[in-house]
This record gives sequence, structure tokens and C-alpha cells, in this order.
Amino acid sequence: MAKMIGAEMLFETLLNEGVDTIFGLPGGYVLKVYDVMPKFEERGLKHVLSRHEQGATHMADGYARASGGPGVVLCTSGPAATNTVTGIATAQMDSSPLVVFTGQVPTPYLGSDAFQEADHIGITRPCTKHNTLVRKTRDLPQAIKEAFYIATTGRPGPVLVDMPKDVLIGEDELVIPDKVTLRGYKPGVKAHVGQIKKAMNMLLNAERPLIFGGGGLICANASDELIELTHRLQIPVTSTLMGLGAFPSADPLYISMLGMHGSYAANMAVHASDVLLSIGARFDDRATGGNFEKFAPNAKIIHIDIDPSTIDKNIKVHCPIVGDAKEVLKQMFDLVPPDYNAERKEWFGKIDEWKKNHPLTVHQGNGKIQTSWAIEMLSNITKGEAIIVTDVGQHQMWVAQFYKFQKPRTHITSGGLGTMGFGFPAAMGAKFARPDELVVAVCGDGSFQMNMQELATAVQYNMDLKIIVFNNGFHGMVRQWQTLFFESNYSASQFGVLPDFVKLAESFGARGFRCERPEQLESTLIEGLQTPGVVLMEIVVDCEEMVYPMIAPGGAMNEMILDPVDMA
Amino acid sequence: MRHTISILVNNEPGVLARIAGLFSARGFNIESLCVAETPDPATSRLTLVTSGDDWIIEQIIKRFNNMIDVIKVTDLSEYIHVERELVILRVEARPENRAEILRIADIFRAKVIDVGPKSYALELTGDKEKVTAFIELLKPMKMLEVARTGSVALSRAIQKQRGDK
Repeated sequence: MAKMIGAEMLFETLLNEGVDTIFGLPGGYVLKVYDVMPKFEERGLKHVLSRHEQGATHMADGYARASGGPGVVLCTSGPAATNTVTGIATAQMDSSPLVVFTGQVPTPYLGSDAFQEADHIGITRPCTKHNTLVRKTRDLPQAIKEAFYIATTGRPGPVLVDMPKDVLIGEDELVIPDKVTLRGYKPGVKAHVGQIKKAMNMLLNAERPLIFGGGGLICANASDELIELTHRLQIPVTSTLMGLGAFPSADPLYISMLGMHGSYAANMAVHASDVLLSIGARFDDRATGGNFEKFAPNAKIIHIDIDPSTIDKNIKVHCPIVGDAKEVLKQMFDLVPPDYNAERKEWFGKIDEWKKNHPLTVHQGNGKIQTSWAIEMLSNITKGEAIIVTDVGQHQMWVAQFYKFQKPRTHITSGGLGTMGFGFPAAMGAKFARPDELVVAVCGDGSFQMNMQELATAVQYNMDLKIIVFNNGFHGMVRQWQTLFFESNYSASQFGVLPDFVKLAESFGARGFRCERPEQLESTLIEGLQTPGVVLMEIVVDCEEMVYPMIAPGGAMNEMILDPVDMA
Repeated sequence: MRHTISILVNNEPGVLARIAGLFSARGFNIESLCVAETPDPATSRLTLVTSGDDWIIEQIIKRFNNMIDVIKVTDLSEYIHVERELVILRVEARPENRAEILRIADIFRAKVIDVGPKSYALELTGDKEKVTAFIELLKPMKMLEVARTGSVALSRAIQKQRGDK
């Protein structure tokens, strides 16, 4: 059997796992790893050098969300590892599969406060699905295989593998196990047939049924099964932020997003439903409006989820089903009686009425560009088919409201942690995963500044990537809350100084476009999207625009604040 | 409600930290925690006593089950079980109360494990109530040091589910 050093074992195991792209940044304790890396780059492994480990982690996350496969990060110890924490927590909150490799001080020096030493395991314990410190070179391949297995199965999540320098330069026989079995981890539990039958009974007899899908639907790759089932049963569908794209916007059964900034029709439908089926959603406060007592007061709730700890965590449900969404939906479809035919004219009539009375509306016309109008235009220009990676804030909500997503894994956003600075590097990762598709990063001016150094990375790798920066000079969502709940006390929410984003892009060797007038917007977007290379389009927008509807904290789904313009 | 939970875990560094971390992060309460290797050196058994309503206990157990290094979780409070705790303590022994201390020890079937010119160290095993009563009785005599293990527990061989007629 081959004898080699730990650093080589790392790459041999990565190639064995089918990894072709890793995102990283070198440093002291991983120098040997980077020294042997060129040999493996010749064998098909691509390393993307980022400018900040946080950028690398978000890139790996975007790669994972766009491809379904795990994203891989490599960095050194101490500050490099702590720089990955935000990215790791982001991935954990959204159940994204990441494997993060960190260098570490040699094992005899652990705990001695050595140079660039940090307790990576201790620091990332609460925000990883699992983490491990490898103490012997021989154990490295096993630990890596286990890490990939844990990250990508069951409810996906980030896993950290800490590799001390002596383990990386030590020599031993390469032993890569074929299979991984863990005593304490047995994902892939089969759903309880009795519960599925109970759920079907509820749905078949419902008068006002509603389905809402979350991120878990996309993790399970269960879009086709959902479309099939809903068409057969004629049940309307809404979606959480993380579930957007799992069900095509163009489908007549679709009612658009629910929740704090969801549409009027979707929220009213939830409130009025008598049977609510939730698939791969975790009933968090943004999707439910935050008032768990007042949520869907008239409904019996069915909850399909792969993680038993999600069930009954926030809301007590009537029919829990622990299992894989794809399998469960298939089984449900097989249980529909062949003569079942429900029209639900009254229920659909009610929903149409809500849609008509308070549709999501763009109000363009005061001479300043409204972000929502720009996003609607972007959706039309790209026919809802681009991969849109957003940052966090008002623009993120308008993308969710006005971009017409048709397919899963075309909407990528930091929903759970709400990490500003995620959008741009994650878009880069998504582009590496799907190089032949149009990938657009949609950011606010506040968010973009947080990882703008990665412009260098994008240009270095000759990427064909489009970035839209909506510039309103503010932390927009903070400004909105200050307007509504803090008597417009705009404390520290306005930026006194902002870069000239066009010159910034050009300084890195990218292309920059600015648009300040509504009549120039369409041509700017079209030109920017068609210009090859890394292209930044700065769109100067109205800072006074607000995201409506809005459920105020503690409000019920039917207690929405609506756009005053629409109410007049 | 007080729950005694027995957890079989991989004997890996960091497992205890992960379990304790769950409690501190979520604000759940640990009344006591006792852990040691089992005859299989690859595994350890943790006995944990916590309290909370049904929802909290359900969440705790589900989250333990999610942990990669946790092999099996049993809520022993759901079963008829035996619970024991060990205490060793040092009590001040003056000429006027030496005899009384030994009498109390005898009544509880505790053992004297150390003798000094001014103190006795005693050892007692029993259920939580017995141990607590023992300590309460000795308190007036001036307790110098007390070390309790917290509960360990096993389910009984013959189970009749609570609520069976």
C-alpha cells in the first residue's frame, strides 16, 4: 500500500470523494498542504484563492447550494479558522453541506497559546453539525470520509476537520475506507406508513388545504414529486424564503411567498386554511409571523421533515412525518384514490380575490428608481431563469417578492442567519458550480462592502459574473424598522461615505456601470448582463421605498401592515 | 418535572462538551451529570438529571439523538428504574458529638472512610432522598466538605409501564 504524508492523503481522499473545487487561503500550518497541491491540481482539483477566509467559506456555501454537493474550504489555523465561523454558522442555519479543513498547531503544542493557535473545535462546536480533531496521520482519510458522509446526509450541515501540522507532515500508509458506518448516526429513516395514511386522509377531506414548502424540499430534490402531487390533488402552494424556486412561480397553483414580508394572499390563505401541509420547513419566526399561538388557528398541521428535532419545536403539529420528503411525497401520490377529483372552486375563488385585492405591487413613478421595479425588470429580462444570489436586507425581500423563480437551486440566499456579505462570494461559488448558466449577485450597498475584496478573486479566475449593487446610501432594512417602530430615528443607518462602485470595480480590473435615472435602467441592465467578464452594475435607488406587506413582530398572519399607497 | 436521562456515547474527546454546550446554549437546566467509561472502552455512559416541561424534555432528547457521537438516549423516567448516588463528606468531629455522628452513620449504613483528630469522613450510597436526608442531619454538626456524584440509574428488569392497571 502506498506510503505518503498526511497532506497528500488529504487530497487523495478529496479526489476519492469526487471533489473538484476547493476554496481557500494558505498560511503557516498548511504550507505543506499547499506545497503538494500542484500535483493534485494536475489531476483535476481546482483551488480558488480567495482574499478572506470568510469569502472562501461563503463561496463554498454558494457552490454547495447551487450544485447540491458539498462545498469545501481549506485554510490555516487561528484567525483564518475564526474567519470561517460566520460562513459556517450561515451554512448551519440553512442546512447547507460544507466541509471545512483547518490547519492547527502540532499536537504537542495544543493548548499552549502558540502562534496562530485557536480552539477551532471549541469555537465551532455550536455551529457545526459535527467537528473533529485528527490526532494521527493514519486516521486522516477515515476522518475525512466521515466528515463528507455527515455533511451530506440526513439534514445537511457544515463539518469541520482540524488537522495539526504534525499530522499533515507525518508519513503513513494510505487507507481510504470504502464505507463509513457510525454507531451514533443513522440517517435515512423510513417514514411511518401509518402517519402518511393519516396525512392523506386529512388532505383528501380538506376544504381549504394549503401546502408550503421550505428549504428542505430543495435539499431533498423533491420538486417534481411536489408538482405531481399538488396537480393531482389540486391544492394551492406557497413557499418560505428558503423554498423559493422549488415550485415554479408560473404554476397556476402558486400563491408566492408567505411570512413577514410574504404576499397578502399567501398569509391570508395560511390563516384561513383548515389543513396545512408543511414540507421541509422549520416554522421559524420569519415564515410564521413570529406569533406561534396565532399561527394558522383553524388548521390541522401536517409536517414532513427529515430532522425529528424540528418537529414540534416551535408549533405543535397534528400529523408529524419524519422522513425524506422525496420518498414521502411519492408515497402520498400513490395513496390518492384513482377517482379522486376535487375542484375547490370556493377556496380558489377566495385566494383569487385576495390576490386581486392586494397584489404585490411595484410603484415606480417618482423619478427615483424603486428597487422592486428594477428587480421586476431583471426578472422579465432573464425570464426568471437566472441563478440569483442575494445579500441581506430590503433588496433580499424584493427579490423574493418580484423575481419569478421557476426552478430549484436558482434562488440562493442567507435566510436563517441573514448574513450580510454572503451574496457576492456565494454567487462566485454558484458560478463555479454551474459555469454555463447566468449567475447574478444582487446586493445592497451595505452588504456588498462586507466582502468586496473578492472582486480580485473573481477577476483573477476570469469569471463571467454579474453583480448588481442597489445603492440607497443606507442600511435599508434597518432604516425601514427605524421608520416604522423608532419614529424615524435614523441612528447610524446612513452611510456618510461610500465608494464609487464603478471605480472600485475598475480598480480590480472588472467592468462597472452606474445607473441613476429610471429611463436608463433597462439599457444598463441589458448591457451589463451581456458584457462578458466580471461586471458590476450600480443602481442608485430610492431610500424611502419600504417592503410591504409586513407583519410586525408578534403579529398574526392576518395582521399585516399594507402599503399605504395601496390603502389610499 | 425531573427527568433522569441515560446516554450512551462514543468515548471521544469533546462529546461531554457538546452535550453540556447544548444546555448552556438553550438555557436548559442540568441538575446533575455523571459520566464514565463502560466495559467497552469505545463507549461511555452519561447519566444526566434535568427538569422541565414535556416540550423541553422532548427537545433535549431529540437534540441528543441528532448528535453524531450519541449512540442511544433513554429517558429513564419513562420506565421503572433504580437510581443511586454516592456522597463522601467530611464533618467536624468534636468530643461531644463524635458518638452522635457515628450513630447517624450507623443508622444510614454509611461507612467511615477517614478519621482525623478533628473530623470524620463518611461515605454513603443511596437514592436521592436518602443522601439528602443524611446531609441534612449532619449539617448542624458543621460540614467541612461535601462531594456528591449525582445520580446514576438503570431500568428495572421487570417493567410495568406507569399507568398500567
